[in-house]
Amino acid sequence: MINLVRNEMLKLLRKKRLYVIILIIAFLVPLFTYAQFKEIQEQREKMGNQDWRTVLQQEITDTQNRLSSSRIQDEWRKYLKIRLSQQQYYLENDIDPRAPGAPTFMRIFVENSIDLLLPLLVMVIVADLVSSEASGGTIKLLLTRPVKRWRILLSKYIAMLMSVSFIVLSVAVLSYVISGLVFGYGGWNMPLLTGFAVSGDELLTDRVHIVPQWQYILMEFGLVWYVSVIVGTLTFMLSVLLRSTAAVMGIMLASLIAGAILVNMVSSWESAKYFFMVNLNLTNYVSGMATPIEGMSLGFSMAVLAVWGLAGFIIAFVTFSKRDIY
Amino acid sequence: MSNTPALEVENLTKKIKRKLIIKGVSFTLYPGEVFGFLGPNGAGKTTTIRMIVGLISPTSGTIKIGGKNVRTEFTEAMRHLGCIVENPELYPYLTGWENLEHFAKMDPSIPKDRLDEVVTQVGLQNRIHDRVSTYSLGMRQRLGIAQALLGKPKVLILDEPTNGLDPAGIREMREFIRTLAREENLSVLVSSHLLSEIQLMCDRVAIISKGAVIRTDSVENLLAEQERVIWKAEPLSLAKEILEKETEVQEGLDQTLITLYDEPQLPIWNEKLVTAGVKVKEMRTQLPSLEDLFLEVTGGESID
Ligand SMILES: Nc1ncnc2c1ncn2[C@@H]1O[C@H](COP(=O)(O)OP(=O)(O)OP(=O)(O)O)[C@@H](O)[C@H]1O
Ligand SMILES: [Mg+2]
Repeated sequence: MINLVRNEMLKLLRKKRLYVIILIIAFLVPLFTYAQFKEIQEQREKMGNQDWRTVLQQEITDTQNRLSSSRIQDEWRKYLKIRLSQQQYYLENDIDPRAPGAPTFMRIFVENSIDLLLPLLVMVIVADLVSSEASGGTIKLLLTRPVKRWRILLSKYIAMLMSVSFIVLSVAVLSYVISGLVFGYGGWNMPLLTGFAVSGDELLTDRVHIVPQWQYILMEFGLVWYVSVIVGTLTFMLSVLLRSTAAVMGIMLASLIAGAILVNMVSSWESAKYFFMVNLNLTNYVSGMATPIEGMSLGFSMAVLAVWGLAGFIIAFVTFSKRDIY
Repeated sequence: MSNTPALEVENLTKKIKRKLIIKGVSFTLYPGEVFGFLGPNGAGKTTTIRMIVGLISPTSGTIKIGGKNVRTEFTEAMRHLGCIVENPELYPYLTGWENLEHFAKMDPSIPKDRLDEVVTQVGLQNRIHDRVSTYSLGMRQRLGIAQALLGKPKVLILDEPTNGLDPAGIREMREFIRTLAREENLSVLVSSHLLSEIQLMCDRVAIISKGAVIRTDSVENLLAEQERVIWKAEPLSLAKEILEKETEVQEGLDQTLITLYDEPQLPIWNEKLVTAGVKVKEMRTQLPSLEDLFLEVTGGESID
C-alpha cells in the first residue's frame, strides 16, 4: 500500500498542482495582510490621538457600570464578568486588542476562507485525481495490475488526505510567516471568548469562557481540516463518477458558490440545512456568529458533513470496484 | 507446444445496454504461440480483450489466464498477464523510466533490475529518461510493450500493436513479437484488422465478425484451402471459353485467368487447352491473401 500511495504522491507532485496552490496562497496572504493593515490604520484615526489604553480603560469602566446595575439578568451578568476579565487581561498584559499579531491574522484569515477559498483550493487538487486517469487512458494500465481495484482507489484517497492536510498546513504557515512581517509574531496567549450559542433570536452566553488564542486557533484549524476533508471526499467521488475533470470542477464550483449564496437567503427554508454546502462555516460556531438557519449547531453541521462525506466515500468505492472501463 | 493452455476463453458474452455485442466467443492460447484475432472495425476485438484483462466484466462465460479465473482470482490471474489495450497511454508528465517504476512498484514480485532488462529488450536505452510527452508514437509503443513485459507474463495481449507505425516499425514489431514467443515461450494475442499482418506474424488465427468467432484455424490450413491457379495463355478469350466449361473462372490482372486449385483435374484442363490450340505460357499456384479469405468466410458482408 505504501508503494501505491508513493506512486500517487509522485504523480501529484509531477503535475505541479501543489506548487500552484502554494503560489495562490502566497499571493493572497500579503493582499489580505495589507487590507487588515489598512483597516487598523483607519480605526486608529477614528480614535484620534487617544492612547489605546485610555480607550480600553473607558470600556472597562463602562462594563463595570453595567454590572453594578441591579436590573440585569444573571446570565448576562456572567457574560459581562467574563468580558471584563478579558479586557482587564489585555490592559494588564499591555495587549492592544485592535492591533493584531500574526496569530490573530491567521485566525481571521482562516475563518474567512473556510467556506469558499479553501474548498476551492482542495477542489483544484482533487478534481482530476481519478478522472485524469480515465480521460488519459492510463486507467487501463493501472487496473490491469495484480492489485485489487479498491486498493488502488484507497491509495488515491490517502494521497488526497495528505494533500488536503498539506494545503491546510501551508495556509497556516504562510499566513503566519507573511503577516508576521507586518504585525509581529506575538499574541499566541491573547485571551479570546468562545462558547456562544444561538437559540432563536437570543445569543446564549451561559457557556461562554475564555481560551488562549493558540488553543482557539488549534480548534479552528481542526475544523478547517475537517471541512476540507469532506469537500475533498465529495470532489473525489465526482472524480470517480465523471471522466471529465472540467465537469467535476464545474459541479463542485456550482455547489460551493450556491452554498455561499444560500447561506444568506435560506433562513426560512428549514430543510436546506441538510445541504453540505450551507454547513461549511464551522468556525462561525466557535466565534459565535448567527447561524443561517435555526436549529443548526456545531454538532449538527459536523454530523451533516459526516453523512455527506461517508456517502461520497461509499459511492466512490462501490462504483469504482464494479464499473466497466471503456 | 505444451498442452496446458496459457489463456482459455470460454463462451464469452457481453451485453451493453441490452444489446448483445459479444456472442459466445471461445478460444484457447498455448504457450509459445502467436494467436491472431482478426476482424473488421467494430467486430468486438477490443471489447473481448477488455474482458480478458478484467477492465469490463463479462455478462457470461469464463476467462482463465495461466489457469486462474480472472473474475474470482483477479490478482493471481493478472500476475500472468501483460497487455496494451488500444493505444499505449502512459503518463506524459513522467519520464519513461518513471512510468516503468510506477508500474513495477505495483507488483512486489518484480525485482529492481527487471527495469533495465525490459528497457534493453525494447531498445529504449537512449531516451528512457526523457519525458513521455516528448516521445514519438513508435517510442510510446515500445514503452507500452516494456511496461507489459515487466512482470514476466505468460500471456501478452496486444490490441492493434502496429497501429500508426511506419512499414519499418511494423516489420520490427512483427519480428519482436515472434522472438518473444520463440525465446521466452510467451503466448501472444494480437488483434488486428490488417489481414496481411496476421498472415505474417501468427501461428493460428480466430476470425471474428459481429461479435462471434466464425472460424479458428492455423494460418496454413486456412490458406491451403483457398489455393488458386493462375493461367497465362494465348488467346485469352479462347482459353477462358474452354476452362469455363470445366470450372469457375475469374479474370486476373495482366491478362491472366484464375481458377481453383484442383490437383487431379489440372493436367486434363491443360490437355484440353493444348488440343484446342491455346498456347499455355504459364501455370502457377498462388496462396490467397487473408483478404480474399476473409471475404470468403464472411460472405463479403459489409462492416457493421
Ligand atoms: N461502451 C459501449 N457502448 C455501446 N456500444 C459499444 C461500447 N463499446 C463498444 N461498443 C460496440 O461494440 C462493438 C465492438 O466494438 P469494439 O471496440 O470491440 O470493436 P473492435 O473490433 O475493437 O473494432 P476496431 O477495429 O474499430 O477497434 C461496436 O459495434 C461498438 O459500437
Ligand atoms: Mg479495437
